[in-house]
Amino acid sequence: MTNEQLNSGNPKADIEYRRKKNAEEMRHQIISFALMIFLTLIAFVAVGYEGFSGWFVVPFILILACVQVIFQLYYFMHMANEGHEAPKMFMFSGMLVAFLTVLTYMTIVWW
Amino acid sequence: MHAEEKMTLEKWPASPERQTLEAKNKFVGFWLFLGGETVLFASLFATYIALKDSVPKSDMALAKDLFEIPLAFAMTMILLTSSLTSVYAMYHMKNFEFKKMQLWLGITVILGLAFLGLEIYEFNHYVHEFEHTFTSSAFGSAFYTLVGFHGGHVAFGLGWIIALIIRNSKRGLNLYNAPKYYTASLYWHFIDVVWVFIFTVVYLVGMVG
Repeated sequence: MTNEQLNSGNPKADIEYRRKKNAEEMRHQIISFALMIFLTLIAFVAVGYEGFSGWFVVPFILILACVQVIFQLYYFMHMANEGHEAPKMFMFSGMLVAFLTVLTYMTIVWW
Repeated sequence: MHAEEKMTLEKWPASPERQTLEAKNKFVGFWLFLGGETVLFASLFATYIALKDSVPKSDMALAKDLFEIPLAFAMTMILLTSSLTSVYAMYHMKNFEFKKMQLWLGITVILGLAFLGLEIYEFNHYVHEFEHTFTSSAFGSAFYTLVGFHGGHVAFGLGWIIALIIRNSKRGLNLYNAPKYYTASLYWHFIDVVWVFIFTVVYLVGMVG
């Protein structure tokens, strides 16, 4: 198996470079986490606040949930990184079937 | 590079979770499984949406009577934070810091247990205060199946991560167990993905009415 690590011939420099890269990625993760917490707060406040009608709040919090899930998948689960073509195919196929299933039950199933 | 080879920081590769053939297969296979899980949870969500508030008697509790903001909010924050702590554990794995990785996975487990404890309290509360049980209505069946299935996933994920922490405690990191830790963390994030839809579709939409 080939080792995918980047070799400059100087192991010390390589380690430092990778540490920096990992720290950079961790910073992005923390930013996504902060945004996810923020979106969650907005969703809870929108529901807790009496002034909004359900017709506005329900689609609004559903959109917030979708945005949050994109952050989870792309950053926390690394789907934004390279080498994730197969995961993308599996997840998007799953989501398509998921969407159709929910749509079907919401529209043609008994009430 | 052999999977069980003793590792040092100098030899540790950039993507330790995908170095061996077994690891690559595990990576693809596990994502296929997650795609299937998406469909499974979609069917439970669809059932819940179709049967929400379908109760046989008009005096039975509906979604808006049951759910309360503080509990749903606490559970959401705990599970969201546990997602970050497991990301942090994987960050330490990439830096070949075994002890720190184990520590952050331990914190993830504690948060997961707290979440599960709140869920048990919640179900107990609904059953005893509202007589909202699995067999009391179609609404009850759909609710406990969906949320309970998620809770079951949390319990399984906890067992999985605890087993990894204990099994590898004296082994240290190598290319054999790095993919095992990585897939467990993916599973944990997926549990959080499902929860994002549960707190939105079940709890928040339920409270709106």
